[in-house]
This record gives sequence, C-alpha cells and structure tokens, in this order.
Amino acid sequence: MTRDLFNAELRQIQDDVLALGSMAEKAIMDAMEALRDGDAEWSRKLIGDDSKINSKRFAIEDRASFVIASQQPMATDLRALASVLYIITDLERIADHAEGIARINLLMGEEPLPRKLSYVPAMADRAVAMLRDSLKAYIDHDVDAARQICDADDEVDRLQDSVYDECIKNMIADPSSIQRNTYLIWTAHNLERIADRCTNICERVVYTATGHMDELNVSKY
Amino acid sequence: MVNVQQALEQKRMTEVRQETPRQPTQGAVAEPASPTAVGIDDLSLWYGHKRALTNVSLSFGERKVSALIGPSGCGKSTLLRSINRMNDLIAGVRIEGRVNYHGINIYDRSVDPVEVRRRIGMVFQKPNPFPKTIYENVAFGAKVNGFKGNMDELVESCLRRAALWDEVKDEYKKKSGLALSGGQQQRLCIARALANQPDVILMDEPCSALDPIATLKIEDLMRELVKDYTIIIVTHNMQQAARVSDYTAFMLTDEHITGQLIEYGPTEELFTTPKDKRTEDYISGRFG
Repeated sequence: MTRDLFNAELRQIQDDVLALGSMAEKAIMDAMEALRDGDAEWSRKLIGDDSKINSKRFAIEDRASFVIASQQPMATDLRALASVLYIITDLERIADHAEGIARINLLMGEEPLPRKLSYVPAMADRAVAMLRDSLKAYIDHDVDAARQICDADDEVDRLQDSVYDECIKNMIADPSSIQRNTYLIWTAHNLERIADRCTNICERVVYTATGHMDELNVSKY
Repeated sequence: MVNVQQALEQKRMTEVRQETPRQPTQGAVAEPASPTAVGIDDLSLWYGHKRALTNVSLSFGERKVSALIGPSGCGKSTLLRSINRMNDLIAGVRIEGRVNYHGINIYDRSVDPVEVRRRIGMVFQKPNPFPKTIYENVAFGAKVNGFKGNMDELVESCLRRAALWDEVKDEYKKKSGLALSGGQQQRLCIARALANQPDVILMDEPCSALDPIATLKIEDLMRELVKDYTIIIVTHNMQQAARVSDYTAFMLTDEHITGQLIEYGPTEELFTTPKDKRTEDYISGRFG
C-alpha cells in the first residue's frame, strides 16, 4: 500500500468534517434549548458563534482543494474529496438553519414561558438523529445506512405538516397568537431544511462509494 | 506486394469501415462510438521465449485520442509498436493475432511494412530531429516517399499543424532542428510525421522529456490534431491521459498473465468510476 501521505491527509480531512458536523449538531440542540427556555442571551451568543462554523468550513475547503491540487486523486479518492466539498457546504448550511432558529427566538422576545412548541421539539430530535446517522454513514462508507436515513426525512416532513396544521388552528382560535405561531412555522421550516441537508450528505455517501448520484431525497410521504 | 492505400480505398468503397468493431476477448471494454481506425484482435507477442502481450483485443476509434496506461512492463509500448510493425525490427519477435487497419491485417504477408509506417506515423519519447535544417527535417520523409507536390507548401502546412510555424517561420530554412528547445523539437518531430500524410499517429510517452509548459503545448496540439487524425498515446502520466484522451486502456502484467488488457473505456469513466479494482488501485496510486 502506497500513498501514506495522501491517506493521512484524507483521514485528517474526514476528522475535520466530523468536527464540523459536531459543531452543527450542537448548534441545533443549543438553538432549540434557547428557544424552549426563551433565553435571548444564549441565542445571541449562538448567532455570533456561527462565524466559527463558517471559518471551519472554509478551512476544510482550502485543505481539500490543496490536496486535490497536490495529490491529484483519481476514482474513489477523487469522489471522496469532491464529496467533502459538498458535505461541508451542507453542514455549514445546517448550522445556518440553527442560527435561523436562534434569530426566531430573539423575535419571539416577550412570549411567555413555558412555551408550547407543538411538534417542533420532536422534529428537532429527528433532524439531529438524521445528522448523526448520516455522519456515521459517511465515516463508515455505509451505502445501505445512507439510503435508510433518507426514509426518516418523510417523518420530519409529516411532523412539519402537523406543526403547520396545529399552528393554523391556534391562529384561528386565538388571532392574538398569529405572530407566535408564525414563528413556530418558521422554526419547523428550518428543521425540515436541516433534514433535507442530511439527505444530501447521504447522497454523497452513496456517490463516494458507488460513483453514482442517486436522488435519495424523494419523499414517499 | 499490396499497396495499402489502394487496398484501403477499395475497402472503403465496400464500406468495410462500417463493420461492427470486434469484441475483445478480455477486460471490461467499451467500444468507441466512432468507426474503428485500428482494431487489435486477440494479439499476443513474444520476444524470443518471453511473452509480452497476451490475447489483447480492443478497437481504437477514428479521430479519437486513445491512451494506453499501466505500470512499467505491462506491454503498452509493445502494443503501440505493434500497431505500425515497429516490433518487426527486433530479432526474435513472434506475433499471433491481427492488427486491423481499416479492415486490413497489417501483418498479412502481402502488406508492405514501409507503407504501414507511412500511414501510421510514430512520435517517440525523446525528440529525435535529424541534424539538418527544420525545413529538411519535415521534407525528408516526404522526399523518401516520393512526394511530387509543392514541398514548400507541405513543409509550411506541417509546421503550422504542429503549432511550430510562428516560432520558426523566419529561419526554418537555415536553422538546425537541433537548435530548437526540447518542446519545439518534439513538435518538429510531429510535423515530420505529418509530412508523410498519415492518418494514425502513435505517440510513445511524447512528453516525458519535456517541461510542464512544453508538455501542455503538445497536449493542446493533440486535441487540435485529433480533428483530422487518430492518435494513440502511451503515457505514464495519468493526468495527461485524463486531460487529452477520449478513451483509455489500462494494461497490466501480473504473476499469471503478461501484458493483458484489464479495462478499456471512455476516459471520463475509467478515471472516475473504473470497473476493475486493479484499475482503481493503479490510477489512485496504490500500486505501480
């Protein structure tokens, strides 16, 4: 086996992708906790911290570009690095959606506690689980797992519809809650997009292993 | 002695070139979509008792760049030299199988090897201009082959096609070919090959002695020439094969079989999604 230097570079990049994934996951969980607790201060901090995630993404992109230029990978190696460029974009966007939830918390401002968040926490749990599982599939090069994870996206879509239905009912019943329920719908939308981004990651896992780009994000729901 | 050109024209009239390319006997192979210029059919070759090629079959498409890649000793240069009977010049060589040039087996006894080499030109690893002027270098082969047309026009046309004219036009009748840079010398050798009016050009690692800029110029030239010629290139530089070729063949010698074709297909597929693990391991630098 040759190419020890290349293999070490690729491992380091994959470790960095995992680290970026952890940062994105923490951003989602923290944003949801801050929303639940109405903690504006924490949300402001999370918004500020998003730049760290962006920086991490650009650092990985720079390294991957350098490795492509210097090592001139082919076949699976090339697909692995091309996929990294897409996966880090998806992870950064996932963190942006978490930041979006933090901003919604600031908009909700004076809403009373404890907040009724409908199915939003359940959506967040599913989205975070999808993110964890897709990163595990990425590290394990597990094509079957990647395909299965995408099935969970349907569940997230169902929950989003439930949030929407409930919020609309609430708005009709209590017009003074329109603003608050609109924010919840926005939150659900951010979580639904996070789940979609996870399916993108899974598509890259399949592409890296097989060379074929399969559209996995086709809802059966 | 059969005149290959006459035979070729006769064959063309009977539309032999439209024949379905022969299927290779080994390897996961895609046939070029264009008509076949050179078809290798179950070719085996021995240097004395040592086997160098084993049952190789593949078709090189007309007006395509096809690259032969593989580790040293895999038989790619031997295969290339078989295409214009250069191996005939080596004592003790034995060949089985066919090399079909527009449907004619060039190893047929009635075929004149000199005519084969005129129709199927070759450019070598190291530029090898004659110690003569640039003009004479280009005109030499045409003179030997009895060219009766306007030699000045032929030389200028070949130098232009080889992307050398602008650099030498002021002194090409006086300046020695040896006074050119390495990259210019190689383009001169290409111009010299073009002067024989071939339709297939074989290139045996044509850039291995050149610097990166001269290499890129030769690669650009290949993409220009392929509009009119069929080009088959042996290269150790996989990035070069990926850049310039339309089709790539991967060859390998292992402990069991010498000089075998492992995989042949569109370059884009071979370098991104190779079908054979040995191809994947080679192109990703895991051996060789």
